Amino acid sequence: MSNPILEMKNITKEFPGVKALNNVSFQVKEHEIHCLVGENGAGKSTLMKVLSGVYPHGEYTGEIVFDGKVQSFRGISDSEKTGVAIIYQELALVPEMTVYENIFLGHEIKNGSIIDWNETIKRAGEMLKKVKLNVNLAEKVRDLGVGKRQLVEIAKALSKDVKLLILDEPTAALNEDDSENLLDLLRDLKNHGVTCVLISHKLKEVIKIADTVTVLRDGQTICTLDAQKGEVSETALIKHMVGREINNIYPKRETRKVGEVILNVENWNAYDPNLGRSILKDVNFHVNKGEIVGLAGLMGSGRTELALSIFGNPAGYYISGELSMLGSKKRFKHPEDAINAGVAYVTEDRKGNGLILIQDVKQNITLANLKEIATRSIVNDNAEVKVANEYKSSLNIKTPSVEQKVSNLSGGNQQKVSVGKWLFVKPSLLILDEPTRGIDVGAKYEIYTIMTKLVEQGLSIIMISSELPEILGMSDRVYVVSAGKIAGELAIRDATQEKIMQLATNY
Amino acid sequence: MSFFQNARKLLQQNIREYGMYIALFVIMAIFTVTTKGTFISSRNIVNLVNQTGYIAVLAIGMTLVIVIRHIDLSVGFLGGFLGAVVAIAMVQWHLPVFPAILLTLALGVLAGVIIAFLVAQMKIPAFVATLAGWLIYRGAILVVTESTGTIVIPDETFNAIGNGFIPDLPEMGILPGVHKLTLIIGLIAIVLLIISEINSRKKKQAYNFEVLPMEMFIIKLVFTSALIGGITWLLAGYQGLSWTAVVVLVVAIIYHFITTQTVLGRHIYAVGGNPEAAELSGINVKKITYIVFGSMGMLAALSGILFASRLQSATTTAGGLWELDAIAAAFIGGVSPAGGIGKVAGSIIGALVMLSLTSGMNLMGIGISYQYMARGAVLAAAVIFDVATRNRAH
Repeated sequence: MSNPILEMKNITKEFPGVKALNNVSFQVKEHEIHCLVGENGAGKSTLMKVLSGVYPHGEYTGEIVFDGKVQSFRGISDSEKTGVAIIYQELALVPEMTVYENIFLGHEIKNGSIIDWNETIKRAGEMLKKVKLNVNLAEKVRDLGVGKRQLVEIAKALSKDVKLLILDEPTAALNEDDSENLLDLLRDLKNHGVTCVLISHKLKEVIKIADTVTVLRDGQTICTLDAQKGEVSETALIKHMVGREINNIYPKRETRKVGEVILNVENWNAYDPNLGRSILKDVNFHVNKGEIVGLAGLMGSGRTELALSIFGNPAGYYISGELSMLGSKKRFKHPEDAINAGVAYVTEDRKGNGLILIQDVKQNITLANLKEIATRSIVNDNAEVKVANEYKSSLNIKTPSVEQKVSNLSGGNQQKVSVGKWLFVKPSLLILDEPTRGIDVGAKYEIYTIMTKLVEQGLSIIMISSELPEILGMSDRVYVVSAGKIAGELAIRDATQEKIMQLATNY
Repeated sequence: MSFFQNARKLLQQNIREYGMYIALFVIMAIFTVTTKGTFISSRNIVNLVNQTGYIAVLAIGMTLVIVIRHIDLSVGFLGGFLGAVVAIAMVQWHLPVFPAILLTLALGVLAGVIIAFLVAQMKIPAFVATLAGWLIYRGAILVVTESTGTIVIPDETFNAIGNGFIPDLPEMGILPGVHKLTLIIGLIAIVLLIISEINSRKKKQAYNFEVLPMEMFIIKLVFTSALIGGITWLLAGYQGLSWTAVVVLVVAIIYHFITTQTVLGRHIYAVGGNPEAAELSGINVKKITYIVFGSMGMLAALSGILFASRLQSATTTAGGLWELDAIAAAFIGGVSPAGGIGKVAGSIIGALVMLSLTSGMNLMGIGISYQYMARGAVLAAAVIFDVATRNRAH
């Protein structure tokens, strides 16, 4: 048995009105990959912020022992000096700087007080070799894909002589290949003596890579499982995370009544003037009333672009082709037109272009359909609170009140606010773009249940998803998008993960 | 809950909002003491309100511009230039007063729309686009006043906007020396306020929503009524409500109503809070940009009119630094530089704070150099207070 490199003992951290961490203990052994799992709001990120000094010593109670010494970090720079590095979901690179500038940003190699660029470039090259990234060092980070940026972040951490590397959902934005690469790299780093803590929602990945798993729930440590003893399995993890067993997370539908064609898209082409290339080529597809149509495909295949081009084209593509709803031809020049015609789009990026984080729950829910609660353009504040409270209870949004700012809600609850906002426009076609990204198992189940209820009520849904089990579990029909084209259409009884992947990677 | 607990809770929850009012009150109290009461005299308060007018209307427009994450540096000299235009329209083109004013306001809207075109359509940063406007309008003032120099405005109706007072009721032997129409307007305002507050409370109760405890509600009403009453009494003690005050009040009420009660107002704050999300919510961000800059241009014109009327002439130097005073007033009033947050009422308080400082220090005989420093310190303190209370709220 190797020694613990990190011990966090009886950590308690309170926010006004909430105990985010309640007497949490967390122990990481040297040279292991330790996964930290739990539902959103379970306290994983808070725990890591305590560790890294974002919440400085004194703002929490309990003790942190790292590398054999009791530590009292006052900020990130303290924790970094002792060899703790955190890589967040939102990457902390400067897009306009080159790869080598980024790697040594904040701990520049200096000759006196002048930066030694030659040495910097040489060392940066060595770091890139360690993370097996093959890019031009002088390339700007802006021009790299998400997967490569992640590797640059890790290179940056390694350049600081990191002993404990913490990754917060590193694969959330990566495709299968990049994820696989990253996991390989973590194993490799482990063999070279780096200890890793990995926060992840992707249980398959946790099972693949973890030596040890700690489960948090509601701010408390539930258990620590050892992979070598065979304690780590998907059912065990889910059971501990949600405190109950979820046998089938895709709810059964009572009836599947598929009606007339609600949306029909023909010969749909789009050209992005900013990228200077065409992004959709001769797309044909349709959606019937009361069905869930899955749009599968790799990231960057054009699924989101397809959805946006239908939803009033806010990005300003040049579009040709025909779109009709319930048999009548339409041209949406702005999302407003699409909304008025009964289309709603729940974005994949709820913080970026979905919600207004500085506003409260009720303002977010009513934003897209203010006229519903206004008479002669004057908003009825009381009606607004009433509407918001209706969605709060029907979607089970966990918030003390609808006057709470959305930024204070957990990811799953933010997603429910987002869904509520778009249900309030009373759509006949709901487009959900990665509806369960970055939310926990319990909230996922709730989202699926809501979707099921909606289609039973006659709504049609287009669901864009990178998670194949979700596509297979929820859809009635699947279109696979690849390189801006519809690579194939599958009835759900014929669809398998293999078939979808084959179409998706078939350029 | 006891009375004091209620009072504390109310104060804690609204500290940011009440902070500005408290600051204004403290500043006024200090000057009242240091000037041995001259500051709070009816005459000085009336002057103060008249001096604040042209900055206050600019600050109202600037609030919305900053809320949608832009800035407008051109409005100072635009106001000065349009002040010259209104003078020329009356003096040289012999237009009657009201057509001249309407023409000027329309030109202001046009100027705002041009800026909006550059910002929304051509995607030029507002700072750069309006800096260009700043230079152009500065030159434009010099061009139009080149041959004549200062243009004196002889029209009495026009000059009354900046110098005149609303007419009084005929003398009836009661309250001699007090402006009775002003008192009546003040009383009506108090009655309307009480009725609207009671109505809103009743509506909330009809929806079963939480309302202020009764005693707090009454205290709030008494306090605001006393405030309006006090100001009315002060104004009535001199010559009553000035036309400038009337103009500013009307503009403030309209903008307050639009920003807090209407769909347009919600859309403006949504664009400021997250432009991408607003666009995807069916809000036309470009349209909102046009509306906000158009309104800013119109208010710049109004500002120029108020100033020209007060001076009874258009000068070559009008407009210098107005935009920075307006921006400072907006920030003192709690507008967030990051966008999406800020209130019209706050910005007017901000303008009053700035002008109270000037007026009070003038009365004390403090030199202009120290006045600038004091105003800078107050601006910094206001923003520090704002940031500190915002962090605590999280």
